[in-house]
Amino acid sequence: MAGKLNRIGLEPVIYKGSKTTLCAGCGHNSISERIIDAFFEMGVDPNAVVKLSGIGCSSKSPAYFLGTSHGFNAVHGRMPSVGTGAMLANKKLIAIGISGDGDTGAIGIGQFVHLMRRNIPIVYIIEDNGCYGLTKGQFSPTADLGSKLKNGVVNDLPPIDTCALAIELGATFVARSFSGDKKQLLTILKAALAHRGTAMIDVISPCVTFNDHEGSTKSYAYVKDHDDPLEEVSFVPFFEDISVDYEPGTTQEVTMHDGSKLLLKKLEDGYDATDKIGAMKRLHEIARRGEYATGIIYIEPDREDFLEQLNVVDEPLATLPLDRVRPGPEALEEIMEGLR
Amino acid sequence: MSPTDLAVQKQQSSAGKQRVVNDFSIQVATVNGSGSQTANLVLLRSLLLMGIPASGKNMFPSNIAGLPTWYTIRASKRGYISRKKEVDFLVAMNPETAKEDVLTLDPGAAVVYDEPLKLKELRDDLVFYPVPFDKLVGPVCQDAKLRRLVRNMIYDGVIAKLLGIDPALMEKALNKQLGKKAKAVALNSGALKAGWDYAEANLPKQDPFALEPMNETAGKILIEGNQAAAIGCMMAGVTVVAWYPITPSSSLCESLIGYMKKYRMDKKTGKATFAIVQAEDEIASLGMVIGASWAGARSMTATAGPGISLMSEFTGLAYYAETPAVIFDVQRVGPSTGLPTRTAQGDLLSTAFLSHGDTKHIMLLPCSVEESYEMAIEAFDIAEQFQTPVFVMMDLDLGMNNWMSAGFKYPTKPINRGKMLTPAKLKEIGQWGRYKDVDGDGIPYRTIPGDGMPSYFTRGSGHNAKAQYSERPDDYVDNMDRLARKFETARKVVPKPDTETVTGAKIGLIAYGTTHWAITESRDQLREETDVKTSYYRLRAYPFNESLNEFIDAHERIYIVEQNRDMQMRQLMKLELTPERCAKLRSVLHYSGLPIDARSVTNDVLSQEGFEVAKKTGRVVEAGLGGMTGGE
Repeated sequence: MAGKLNRIGLEPVIYKGSKTTLCAGCGHNSISERIIDAFFEMGVDPNAVVKLSGIGCSSKSPAYFLGTSHGFNAVHGRMPSVGTGAMLANKKLIAIGISGDGDTGAIGIGQFVHLMRRNIPIVYIIEDNGCYGLTKGQFSPTADLGSKLKNGVVNDLPPIDTCALAIELGATFVARSFSGDKKQLLTILKAALAHRGTAMIDVISPCVTFNDHEGSTKSYAYVKDHDDPLEEVSFVPFFEDISVDYEPGTTQEVTMHDGSKLLLKKLEDGYDATDKIGAMKRLHEIARRGEYATGIIYIEPDREDFLEQLNVVDEPLATLPLDRVRPGPEALEEIMEGLR
Repeated sequence: MSPTDLAVQKQQSSAGKQRVVNDFSIQVATVNGSGSQTANLVLLRSLLLMGIPASGKNMFPSNIAGLPTWYTIRASKRGYISRKKEVDFLVAMNPETAKEDVLTLDPGAAVVYDEPLKLKELRDDLVFYPVPFDKLVGPVCQDAKLRRLVRNMIYDGVIAKLLGIDPALMEKALNKQLGKKAKAVALNSGALKAGWDYAEANLPKQDPFALEPMNETAGKILIEGNQAAAIGCMMAGVTVVAWYPITPSSSLCESLIGYMKKYRMDKKTGKATFAIVQAEDEIASLGMVIGASWAGARSMTATAGPGISLMSEFTGLAYYAETPAVIFDVQRVGPSTGLPTRTAQGDLLSTAFLSHGDTKHIMLLPCSVEESYEMAIEAFDIAEQFQTPVFVMMDLDLGMNNWMSAGFKYPTKPINRGKMLTPAKLKEIGQWGRYKDVDGDGIPYRTIPGDGMPSYFTRGSGHNAKAQYSERPDDYVDNMDRLARKFETARKVVPKPDTETVTGAKIGLIAYGTTHWAITESRDQLREETDVKTSYYRLRAYPFNESLNEFIDAHERIYIVEQNRDMQMRQLMKLELTPERCAKLRSVLHYSGLPIDARSVTNDVLSQEGFEVAKKTGRVVEAGLGGMTGGE
């Protein structure tokens, strides 16, 4: 039974959750598996983790990983505010939020917008299948123009590109991946855990029951054929003393705030993931071709996160003792005197 | 423009010469954004410095500049601080409203007015004091841009002379109001003197109103309810605040920010022992509060009716998932946008059962600034003790007006964080379930992320005692019944009512919140003017205390006095009372947007008791209209 242990001495099984109740083959289950791997490999203490979600199939998934961590399945589209509150209460927590394309792009677009602006430390994953699974397959706002429902209905509204939107809003870590690309997704998740601030990852995650047919642009087959990686992503966490050799000019090395390194090997077109304007341009170009730009789309590793901006004390606010949160009688007397 | 004109002569003969000392109201009618608030607060402070009990009420528009606003200051030697319906002394500065303001006065009232408004022609049963404000302000203020603001201070000088306020005291009040702004003090001081000098030289005293020093305000503070609640939140040890600006609650969080920056920065590191976030809307505000309290922080938000409506869904989550939250509702007039700058007690019913499904919520009902402070502290303890949202139901009158009060007492009790699971407790109870009723009071033990205790999955969907997802009928019923049991436990813990039972009284009055101040005065009026004795039961929280039944049983008729149209508190009572007790209930309702006044309550009670009100009281607004023809 004693499998390999991670750097904090825990076995992989600790990072597992309860048995999934999602459909067999659902992309979301692959994402849960990668989350388990990433948290294990990064040696994250499950006791410090909070798992958050909204409502929908995606939002059920926090039950299926990190079973010993606290979880909060909030209301539809409002997970960002609950996550923000939790991080305000205790900055030592490590937060992972799971949302869906409806939960983020429709009912929750307002809170998503402001989460991206604030740069709260949270890994925010959109399990994006372009449809509402739990209510049986209606289009969501990320469904592509012209994409077809199972019953033949064609989507005639343009999609919201959550990655482009996040960059526009000032997000500091924006990535897109595919639930079927184990290696890329795992690497991005590990980098996300090392990021200072919000790490937003849109993961195309096909709905096997309602959106995996011909004519859908979010089916396994379509995404596999139209995946256009921006770079080859590798990640060296700060606690691993590994030096990676690469030919100068072939790889972009991004040092993250905790000292971890993100290595982005350039593919034929070359790509600079720290160039905001270039990122937006490339995203739009690739989308116009009907393809998905995947990988680290944009990263700004050193921006202060919201808690640093608020200048809160180092200890969790939640457990400050009475003498640090209740000013003394002389303070009240001074206030009263000023009012006389 | 001699003050000894015919109108004044006539008034003198009709109104009699009885002096009215320390018992009248002054109303200043201006345009908002003209800086009149400084002048009004200096006047109010002057009265308090003279030792006279006084209150100030601002009736202002939902607008930044240019619309009519009225500020009423009441001097009351008996200490009545509710709104007085009748205006005795008017300062008419606003051309838009001056005519109507004058026409609605009772005969015998006095009017200081801006001379070009030519108001004295309107009535011959009032005392008029014309003042050429524009002429007076020129020499006082060289800067033309500031004149508009300084101009108002002139009426303070005029009033000081006419009513007998020591100019030195007013100077002191001015210093207090403007603090360290030496230039502004000097400028306004000049305006005060200009008003005083003009009144001394040109306005012989013709009205009966006078102020004389008393000794009733020693040690008293002057404070708005929102500010008082903010101090309470800070003393309660709040650590996370999320809010969205909305009248009339904004100043609660804004003053809290001020206090926290001053008193809650860590001495060693200079860092904040709190996080205050202006959220994107009220939904996110409550979401942040719930997330923060779930993770163990004492957290709060403040809002008004429209925000309460938006918080409905999250409130249901907090109720069902059992996370604490403190929510201040500084009530304004609804429905919808309503009258954003007017007061009401109109959110009781919707808040008591906020959100879908079976929900009920604890509400605290402060009546004073002191209670706003105390109940703010208590709200956090109750929210954590019961792991549920607690609503502190204030109103605009309480929150945004200045109230005289005794100084606040430092809290004697430590913070009560409720049932947090500890290793020792876990050992004692053996198996822990997040929603398990270990003690029979409906209140389970909770853990917070990062505390090293067992975790659980929090959800707004159906769950069993172990917090596992469940759609089982028995799990659902057990959980809902436990929540009801928890509410019953709260009934015994929330602030108890204030009861005053009068021997021989057949009538019982029930009120809550700011209505209290009108009731206090109305009970005196009823007793002194018509020999009607009343007992009084002041609600301080929902759920109701068991003693409500006894109070109703001890009286023949019960009048529930409240500031809404639909008898909201009475409806809440009807859900719990027997039909026999319900049959005793009557209502006195006031919902004009203006704070309730004693005379309206007295008249309404008397009329329902079969008295002929108009004859008894004789004070009807329309009486002033007679002057219109007389003046033409």
